[in-house]
Amino acid sequence: MSATETVPAVEATSVTKIFNRGKPNEILALDDVSVAVGRNEFMTLIGPSGCGKSTLLRLMAALTHPSDGEISVHGKPADQARQDRDYGMAFQTAGLFDWRTVSQNIELPLQLMGWSKSDRRERADEMLDLVRLEGFGGHYPRELSGGMQQRVAIARALSFSPSILLMDEPFGALDEITREHMQAELLRIWDETHTTVVFVTHSIPEAVFLSERVLVMSPRPGTISAEVIVDLGHRDFDTRESEKFFERVTAVREALRVPEEPA
Amino acid sequence: MTAGTSADAIASAGVADEVRRYERRQSAKTTVRRIGVFVVFLILLALLYTGYKAFGEALDDAQTTWPVVGSFLPRSDDLTMPPIRDIVAEIGEPLNRTDDKPLGAFVWEAALFTAREAAFGFFFGLMFGIGIAVVLVRSRWLERGVSPYIAMSQTIPLVAIAPIVIIWGRTSLDWLPFEWQDWMSVAIIAAYLTFFPVAVNGIRGLHSAQPEAFELMRSYAVKPRQELVRLRLPAAMPYLFSAFRLAATIAVVGAIVGEISAGVPGGLGRLILDFAGRYTTGPERLYVSVGGAALLGILAFGLVALTQRFVRSARVREGEPL
Repeated sequence: MSATETVPAVEATSVTKIFNRGKPNEILALDDVSVAVGRNEFMTLIGPSGCGKSTLLRLMAALTHPSDGEISVHGKPADQARQDRDYGMAFQTAGLFDWRTVSQNIELPLQLMGWSKSDRRERADEMLDLVRLEGFGGHYPRELSGGMQQRVAIARALSFSPSILLMDEPFGALDEITREHMQAELLRIWDETHTTVVFVTHSIPEAVFLSERVLVMSPRPGTISAEVIVDLGHRDFDTRESEKFFERVTAVREALRVPEEPA
Repeated sequence: MTAGTSADAIASAGVADEVRRYERRQSAKTTVRRIGVFVVFLILLALLYTGYKAFGEALDDAQTTWPVVGSFLPRSDDLTMPPIRDIVAEIGEPLNRTDDKPLGAFVWEAALFTAREAAFGFFFGLMFGIGIAVVLVRSRWLERGVSPYIAMSQTIPLVAIAPIVIIWGRTSLDWLPFEWQDWMSVAIIAAYLTFFPVAVNGIRGLHSAQPEAFELMRSYAVKPRQELVRLRLPAAMPYLFSAFRLAATIAVVGAIVGEISAGVPGGLGRLILDFAGRYTTGPERLYVSVGGAALLGILAFGLVALTQRFVRSARVREGEPL
């Protein structure tokens, strides 16, 4: 085994994030958090609202910087990874550009990275196939349903084959039926691309269904309070009704239980 | 995974195409309808004017008074309200005895002169406004520092600015490869007014994209120029076009007031000023010249609205058909 293979895809070491430092409204968002995400792993951060899971994701993406501690991506600083375009990102709102067609939205990162027009077109078609939106390339976002828009966002995030996919509650705004369908789609896409995925959610079944590993975060100040290895292997429609699934859901739920505060 | 259970499969490619075509047809119909309604209202307005006048004259003939007409509302005599028939007829009448050139031709030429000022004023105001907005959104510090001055600029009366611009144009611009003319100074005065809504709306528009979109751009490690061209500007288009529509009419008013303030002859401003001064000897002429200004304003507004139809990023957000 070579040395590079043992380097985690993302590694956060003793990361602390303080907002408004030194002011009356100072917030300790993350307190001494250490996380390692393996290469090609599907890892989920779960926790109550305001526990800092999105902050942790944004730190990994180098969209904000830690107050203390370090984040490295493939052994290099997160900022460097951002410059190297290692990240694909998806947010709760699909965040598509209304004035661009579906294809043009998928091509956006490629265009910014200087791909030729024909290469872009070709890749956009591949991505449309991947997210099963063949024939919708010429449509505008507002002509699509929420679930379809989110698929376009995923296609856009994956279009330039980033090594890490960071997803911040991407299905949070979808209805339950669409959501379960999208989860299965995401797993299929992950199976095909084997990108490292860091996924943020506050849905327990979603975390368990999707991930290989779930990190449970405590309420503010955010820390990693538990780790649940899910390991459901191949997942399909029946998985959500299996004994093992319920066990893992219970494990995560227990880990999320807030300890009774002493009176 | 069972295929075909997608709740998303409601919208199929063909249906959306059909919807889009339908929306486009509907929009064309709406435009025609809008013009139709405009004409109907124009006729109604003329009828109202004529009706009010006839009513007031009937009161005069009967030698009775009515509490509102002629006291609170304007008097209806021919000096205050010349009959529409006379106003229209005046267009064909020669302006002075030495020349058989009709009034309409004078107004037309003056309108062209003013239109040129307004067009240049609009264009430069637009460029300047967008330029300022683009520079200011780069730095919160700059934006906060400069914004009050942008607002303040509009409180200075044109009468004060006009002579400065005219004198500056005549004396300081002889290094230009072409000869500076007074109408160019008027265009600058018009630009001084039009840049304002463009700059204010531009700043708002350039900030208007969703925070996620900005984070997305950052995650791609793009240069500021790419962020501007690919995200900020297209997102700002609906805001900018609202400003352009305002700016188009302001440019016309700015050119007219600029001509008057600077004493520049040849345009609608001087014409209106002249006819206003000789109102008692021919009120119809003032009405005709003002009508010319109104037409110019509507035309400018319409041109901007028409342009918007060809700018996708300005259309999509406003819910116009794709």
